[in-house]
Amino acid sequence: MNIFKKTIISVLASLFIITNVYADKIRIGTEGAYPPWNSKNEAGKLIGFEVELAWSLCRYMGKQCEIVEQDWDGMIPALIMRKFDAIMAGMSITAERQKVISFSQGYADEVAQLAVMKGSSLEGMDTPSGINLSLGGSDVKKALKTLTAALAGKTVCVQTATIHQNFLDSGDVGSVNVRTYKTQDEVNLDLASGRCDAALAAAVAFTDYAEKSGKSVVLVGPTFSGGAFGNGVGVGIRQDDTELLKAFNKAIEKARKNGDISRIATKWFGFDASM
Amino acid sequence: MDFELMINSFPKLLNATMVTLKLLSASLFFGLFIGLLFAVLRMNKNPIINKFSYGYSYVFRGTPLLVQIFIIYYGLGQIEYFRSTVLWVIFKEPYWCAIIAFALNTGAYTSEILRSAFQTIKPGFIEAGKSLGISSRIIFYKIQIPIAIKQSLPAYGNEIILMLKGTSLASTVTLMDLTGVAKYIISTTFRPIEVFIVAGSIYLFMTFLVHNFIKFLERRYKY
Repeated sequence: MNIFKKTIISVLASLFIITNVYADKIRIGTEGAYPPWNSKNEAGKLIGFEVELAWSLCRYMGKQCEIVEQDWDGMIPALIMRKFDAIMAGMSITAERQKVISFSQGYADEVAQLAVMKGSSLEGMDTPSGINLSLGGSDVKKALKTLTAALAGKTVCVQTATIHQNFLDSGDVGSVNVRTYKTQDEVNLDLASGRCDAALAAAVAFTDYAEKSGKSVVLVGPTFSGGAFGNGVGVGIRQDDTELLKAFNKAIEKARKNGDISRIATKWFGFDASM
Repeated sequence: MDFELMINSFPKLLNATMVTLKLLSASLFFGLFIGLLFAVLRMNKNPIINKFSYGYSYVFRGTPLLVQIFIIYYGLGQIEYFRSTVLWVIFKEPYWCAIIAFALNTGAYTSEILRSAFQTIKPGFIEAGKSLGISSRIIFYKIQIPIAIKQSLPAYGNEIILMLKGTSLASTVTLMDLTGVAKYIISTTFRPIEVFIVAGSIYLFMTFLVHNFIKFLERRYKY
């Protein structure tokens, strides 16, 4: 065997050893651009509710973890292609996503709401304070009708590949003019500049932006849940990774029982969003 | 490989290709005028005009197109005073922001291509015109410009191809061009490879057409 072959084989062997070491570490993907769920501080370090919760869950699982940053629009493909093993990125559990990945039980509730700039004609819509699309009923129908009339011809901005985009595309509120953005930051910027008549996202994403930027963003209309909005936020895991799914479910249960989830949620959201 | 998805997404992507082509043709149209203007200004003897033109091409060739489109779209939108001006009617629309950014960018490159083409014109051609008593304006339009265009065809063909690919950045300012729709399909199917292969093939085919068209022009206008 010549030296060339030897080098190649030893390099390949070392690669296998390295991947084996890493296989013991759980890599968790997050976006780092959806405060207060997950974001980055000035130093570029990942922070937020899910980052802190991830460390807590990893302690319960007794495993080493590594948090990996990934753009939102490539989150699920990256999980499937094994760039990381779990998603914790404010990702709601929806039927559409469950076709390609599994979800742990939900750990937090995302409340979606429309936001406009102060002085918008959309302020003061006559709707109930919250609607659950899964329940249906006359209240929900009436609220959707009010929204359809109010949003007709308006431009509503959302982040791409989100439950909020799915809801607007579903036609439940008629054919609004939907504009999609790569990040929530960009949605906020265009809402403030007036290019968007309204925006739809997690209510906390808007309150966080209003607080940090000083812009007069106000929430309008009902809070949404159920239907296209899914059933809470859970950990996304590859469908064949049943072991990891079990481990996460167990860890979430323990963290919930010990009050860790509510404590961390209250710290980041200002209220208990745990579930 | 999900071939069904590839076949199903093809018509949607083809529709989006029209948006890409619209963006490309509008940007090239305005860019050519900007390029010609700045190429002529660049050859002006007045140092202020000359430096201004040089500065324009330096700035737009020296910064990434993505940064330019972000500054024009998100940057200008942040200035409250700007939003109160008439210009906001144009800059409010992502479509116009994209065309303005693309036209200014390709204009800078085109001005350099045309400038070097003008400078390679042999002085003999111009002197021949002068000796026949033709005015310098006619010399410019009838001798310098046609020769410069011929000279710059290969380089300009390259610029068209670069711009064609550059239009994919329009998707970053919410436009549903070929890349934008490809990303949209991926966001609902979570299958990037299949969709990007189809979108990539459409870009490749358009490049193929542009490349051959320029080659045809080069052969036709050989002198």
